[in-house]
Amino acid sequence: MATLNRLATADDRAAQRGEHILAADQVGKLIELLVRRGYEVVGPTVRDGAIVYDHLESPDDLPRGWTDEQKPGHYRLHRRDDEALFGYVVGPQSWKKYTHPAEVRLWAAERQNGTFRILNNEEKGQHPRAFLGARACELAAIAVQDRVLLEDKYRDPVYDRRRGGAFIIAVQCTQAAETCFCASMGTGPQVSDEFDLALTELLDSKGHRFLLAAASDRGTEILSELKTVPATEEDRQQAAAKVDAAARQQVRSIDTTGIKELLYENFEHRRWDDVAGRCLTCANCTMVCPTCFCTSVEDVSDISGDHAERWRRWDSCFTQNFSYIHGGSVRTSAKARYRQWMTHKLASWIDQFGSSGCVGCGRCITWCPVGIDITEEVRAIREGGRNGDS
Amino acid sequence: MSSDAKHKPRVDKPTIDKPRIGVFKFASCDGCQLSLLDAEDEMLAVAGAVEIAYFPEASSAMLKGPYDMGLVEGSVTTYHDAQRIQEVRRQCKTLITIGACATAGGIQALRNWKDVDEFIRVVYATPQFISTLKLSTPIAEHVPVDFELRGCPINKHQLLELITATLAGRKPNIPSYSVCIECKRKANVCIAVARGIPCLGPVTQAGCGALCPSYDRGCYGCYGPMESPNTTSMSSQFRILGQADSQIVRAFRGFNAWAWQFRKASEECER
Repeated sequence: MATLNRLATADDRAAQRGEHILAADQVGKLIELLVRRGYEVVGPTVRDGAIVYDHLESPDDLPRGWTDEQKPGHYRLHRRDDEALFGYVVGPQSWKKYTHPAEVRLWAAERQNGTFRILNNEEKGQHPRAFLGARACELAAIAVQDRVLLEDKYRDPVYDRRRGGAFIIAVQCTQAAETCFCASMGTGPQVSDEFDLALTELLDSKGHRFLLAAASDRGTEILSELKTVPATEEDRQQAAAKVDAAARQQVRSIDTTGIKELLYENFEHRRWDDVAGRCLTCANCTMVCPTCFCTSVEDVSDISGDHAERWRRWDSCFTQNFSYIHGGSVRTSAKARYRQWMTHKLASWIDQFGSSGCVGCGRCITWCPVGIDITEEVRAIREGGRNGDS
Repeated sequence: MSSDAKHKPRVDKPTIDKPRIGVFKFASCDGCQLSLLDAEDEMLAVAGAVEIAYFPEASSAMLKGPYDMGLVEGSVTTYHDAQRIQEVRRQCKTLITIGACATAGGIQALRNWKDVDEFIRVVYATPQFISTLKLSTPIAEHVPVDFELRGCPINKHQLLELITATLAGRKPNIPSYSVCIECKRKANVCIAVARGIPCLGPVTQAGCGALCPSYDRGCYGCYGPMESPNTTSMSSQFRILGQADSQIVRAFRGFNAWAWQFRKASEECER
């Protein structure tokens, strides 16, 4: 990853750098320092009944005192009885909103004197962004997309430009939603992938504060300019206990033992028919998934034929056109499409990119309009025996 | 080609180079034809690229066929129109139907579940003057159609894309997947999941730009069934969200009530 800043791993971090306590009223200062360094700070904010990621001006934009209730096909915001800034889990959007945008114009061209001239290539200079509030599962998802879009045979320049300069401020989860299953996927709730700064929110009789740790040179630089005090052993233990609690709260899990073989061997399983009866093939699961990366490329021309553009847009394996080859769509049934998505996510992804494509964030469960639960589908296939015959 | 072209005396310029377009109206509200007129700026470019030979809504100059491209709005509801569409088809090299009336029978297809003779008796002072069919049907039930452009009304950008692509000989970028894909690309928060608002987006074809969900309303299904609509699962979810079967029937019986997937869905809820 040539253009990515060299970031230390969690182990390096633990070994080399101490942890600090940052008062909650200093979060504004953190945003200010990032802005002064030329970052656009983006992070969680309340909009339209959900916590979404958007431009942040100040801590006032953060979801102070809000939490999210999540169930299959169900999401609601509720008021907390405290002033926590990060007292929620994950919303409908992920950081791919910024690193892998939904729509990008790759280039435009104009006809001039019988030939075409390419204009306005996809913007070269990207405003570097600071992602404030990335969860462990989300960092794992970014790592997955890095493997797919940067470290595989082909490097995606659109992703590269947006991902490369991103400054990441991780926030440890101190609670889990009913739809979370990161613990079983080995991706959380403890942050372990690359980040610059990590925060753990603490709110008790000792006040509203954050355990703050740096894991990169630029993170350390920012930390040194913040007003902090060294963390005590008690602070550290308290923070660790909160993250542990977030793991213990998780009611969903996927048993990943031999999952690749399990799905490969159950290409025909009656559960696929069962889920196809519920699946709307609407593609919401793939749109909200922080690792789903598929796009389609469309060429458009205007009526004069003198101006043409090439656009790249999020696509989904749930559409018919996605598998359209000569003669028609390969996956015409909902059964074939759901099976393709889940088998790729959990099994063939491992062969293709060296890890699971699922990070256990639970978004596909919450934001499925009919609440299809991937953990339940895996369980049914495992418990149904070979091809669901038993 | 300047926008003045259409004002020139037609005898000056042979029109064989420019494709001739005809716009035909059947049973409809004219809203889809208005989408074409509403295109304004782009319309000038269209007028430069084609000869609009027949468009009574826009011009009193009505030239005879044949036409390279026919745009048909409206459904077939009378014996006369059932005959007329045959002639329109014969006159058009490419026939494109535009809007929910032409592609699915429109809102007037609600008559298809009722006794039309009774309507006539109740509504008209002299019912004997009324000659109408029992069903409102889409154009494709009468003649072969080359492309169906969905929507109530159609989206002007999709119409321009369709005309442009047809003239350029390329495939139009008009997706048949769900409204949800457009909605999520716009970074909307799903109103069904986050607020429990019944929304037909998952079973409805994209094209409107997720207009209603962007303004906190559930999708009304104006663009008709998406490519693989699971209406049975959608109805179950509406029930979970507290909708009575009578409400689900009304949801599916909108502008695209007679599209077979929506028709099947509403009839299932009446059983």
